[in-house]
Amino acid sequence: MADSTVAASKSIVGTSLPLITKSDTKPTWCPGCGDYGVVAAVEMAVKKLGLPSHDVVIVSGIGCSSNLPHFLSSYGFHSIHGRALPVAEGIRWANHGLTVIGTGGDGDGFGIGAGHFVHAMRRNVKLTYVTMDNQIYGLTTGQASPTSMMGQKTKSTPRGVIENPIDPIALALASGATYVARGFSGDVKHLADLVANGLRHRGFAFVDVMSPCVTYNKINTFDFFRQRVYKLESSGHDPTNIVTAWQRALEWGEKIPIGLFYKADRPTYEELEEVLTQGPLAQQPAGLKGHESVLDEFV
Amino acid sequence: MTEISIRTGGSAGDGIASVGEMLVRCFSRMGRHTFGLNAYQSVIRGGHVWFQARATDQRPHSQGDGCDILYAMTPETAEIHSAALRPGGTLVYDPEKFPFAADKLPPKVHALEVPTLAIARKFSTQPILQNAAGLGASAALGGIPLEVLHDVVRDSFGRKAGDVVQWNLEASAAGYQHALAHGHVLDHTLSRGGAPKLLMTGNQAIALGAAAAGLKFLSQYPMTPASSIMHWLAAHSNDLGIVVKQAEDELAAINMAIGASFGGVRAMTATSGGGFSLMVEALGMAGMTETPLVVVESQRAGPSTGLPTKTEQGDLNLMLGAGQGDFPRAILAPSNPAEAYRQTIRAFELAEEYQTPVLVASDLHLSENFMTVDRDEIPVDVPVKSLFTVTPNGHEYHRYAYTPNGVSPRSIPGQPGLQYVAGSDEHDEKGHLISDIRSGVPTWVTERARMMEKRMGKLKGLTAASEPPVREGPANADLTFVAWGSTIGAVRDAMAILAAQGRATNLVRVPTVFPLNGPALLQLLSPAKKTLLVELNYTGQFGRLVRAETGFDLSTRLLKYDGEPFFPFEIVAKAVEVMNHGG
Repeated sequence: MADSTVAASKSIVGTSLPLITKSDTKPTWCPGCGDYGVVAAVEMAVKKLGLPSHDVVIVSGIGCSSNLPHFLSSYGFHSIHGRALPVAEGIRWANHGLTVIGTGGDGDGFGIGAGHFVHAMRRNVKLTYVTMDNQIYGLTTGQASPTSMMGQKTKSTPRGVIENPIDPIALALASGATYVARGFSGDVKHLADLVANGLRHRGFAFVDVMSPCVTYNKINTFDFFRQRVYKLESSGHDPTNIVTAWQRALEWGEKIPIGLFYKADRPTYEELEEVLTQGPLAQQPAGLKGHESVLDEFV
Repeated sequence: MTEISIRTGGSAGDGIASVGEMLVRCFSRMGRHTFGLNAYQSVIRGGHVWFQARATDQRPHSQGDGCDILYAMTPETAEIHSAALRPGGTLVYDPEKFPFAADKLPPKVHALEVPTLAIARKFSTQPILQNAAGLGASAALGGIPLEVLHDVVRDSFGRKAGDVVQWNLEASAAGYQHALAHGHVLDHTLSRGGAPKLLMTGNQAIALGAAAAGLKFLSQYPMTPASSIMHWLAAHSNDLGIVVKQAEDELAAINMAIGASFGGVRAMTATSGGGFSLMVEALGMAGMTETPLVVVESQRAGPSTGLPTKTEQGDLNLMLGAGQGDFPRAILAPSNPAEAYRQTIRAFELAEEYQTPVLVASDLHLSENFMTVDRDEIPVDVPVKSLFTVTPNGHEYHRYAYTPNGVSPRSIPGQPGLQYVAGSDEHDEKGHLISDIRSGVPTWVTERARMMEKRMGKLKGLTAASEPPVREGPANADLTFVAWGSTIGAVRDAMAILAAQGRATNLVRVPTVFPLNGPALLQLLSPAKKTLLVELNYTGQFGRLVRAETGFDLSTRLLKYDGEPFFPFEIVAKAVEVMNHGG
């Protein structure tokens, strides 16, 4: 090839294109961790769409849940704490023929990475962002997270959390997200549908997954959620209505909604960035050859 | 050497930079090499700003020392800069704006009153037009032909609506004629010197070099003095097919660039020291994941917010040490736009070839000031070589395979059968983590050490592939200057002044600051009778690096940290002192 581009995302006729599957690396999560359900749901969702594994990139930050890319057979980028989304956006803009999935935890996404989370949503870049929200810092052995509930005692808050938790669903709505959902890792099939529909969505799809930490969070357990969750789709919620989406987003207590809160149809960043309308960047010519006249402005 | 320097000063909002840029462009159109210094402040209106347009019949490497013509739009300008006027020169001002006592001028310097406001009123109610009259008067005294000035004025205002172009043409002509009738044209003027030169800032040269090298993705957060890289590329984004992304912060900017590079395109980010401080964590990730990345670090005076519009070379330690742990990097330090173009291209080639971050160390003085280059110094036909040569061969693909030079075959997403996970954790040849359940286990302890050695082994190739230290000037000199980056310009001009005084000096300059080619540098430094390190920072950061890498102690130093660039006379004075009395 004459320049730096490489044919990407092209089907090769006559060869089988393996679908995503488990990799040869076994998860190192604690037995019973909610994240097992999430990796299973992501695998199911990607399979459902029939995407070959080499056209999928899973990008994560740092934390227990951010190890997820290692456990599937797609491309992956296990980046640094809080920066999964900008890395994922860069990959997506380099080659928007790829399916890009961001994964990570609540600390990664709503603490150290909160700024990127907000901006990725207002851009409506086409990514699916799956957060494994366990309301605690697990890998660092049990400190408070941005979603830890008021009063929760942790290693860093022995007298209880005194900050109001971030509501990721409300934050997403406020940031202009066009697909806002909450899943529960105790209901893998339902979660896989939310992720699959996110992958099909025109733009940024956010799926916050209540994914209990069985080691460090003794409050927000599987039982805690099983007793409280109900499905939005079976409760008459209209996900195109932003007002009722906000009302549902604010529900957190005896009843916790899961499912699709909100969905809107808006052009993606990639559709609006004129350079990308010429095709994936990685397949466009590079260099100044043919652009010699650019020097004329310096005369 | 024939030299003409026209200085203009006023308040921010007076159009000083625009007048100054038109003056340097007049000289570059005349085929003369020029230097344009834009001295400004971190204000949008008010304060004191000035611009020096310098042209010579040779090649100016800096803004020089004095000036021949001073066009003062404010009394402050006249107060501050009159002393810089050389004999035969002229202060241009409008007495309607402020009075000025001619006895405050140096000997043999003229004062020329130009009714700039009155001229402006003839055409427009907008007082900004006064600077066209002042521009015309300054050009006339500097021997710039009116048709050259008018071509430049026409091109500069060409896109403005209505009568703006015509007003500027007529007001500048009126100022021009007034100066010819009442002023003293310099007795040394520059004739046309051949084909027009290209006039560009260091940042424009960096942006052009990046484009030539195959840049497809720039992500950046605004910060002086790096912002104009983004401005130029954004303006040319569609034509050149380059995505330009203003990120939410520098953390996002560098991580987006790393993502884009991983995704298969050449990517860059640019910032100044404050932003680079935020990028430090991700720089290490590029090193660890072996992702090519070019980062432009255009330094300004620190620490902290420092002096946002003033220059310094104070971030070298930061660039050398950025990131926890050890990983290979290169730091290229161009001295002028022509070199910035070449070095930026080289930065992309090295980053791609060695799959690691490469920094282009600029500073405000290089990034924002204007210099001329000849067209053949900007060759646009640069081969953009693809390095994604890996193909599935039936064997398991190892992204981080051990190789003799430390560089492993790199695939990009979308290539079937070559999937891997790039990890910021330590990993094995396949990319599998050795940071959790394997850490501390004997096999993997060994593997970790091998992986470090593989990555760091790239430094050897990077050293060999980088531009080595260079000596300029006579081999046998009484004094050897040592400099890096934009400071080299003022040293070169100082050497010319010293040579004219019969003093032989030479310069050892270091285009690749890191990895420093110690043996090559020692070979150049060892024969020196005396050395003088010239650096724009408080601690002599480069001198410390040289001592660490070579043991050579550059103990005689000229350091400056007042935010201003070096002026040749400062270097000349120190050099004479060292040559006469020792360091």
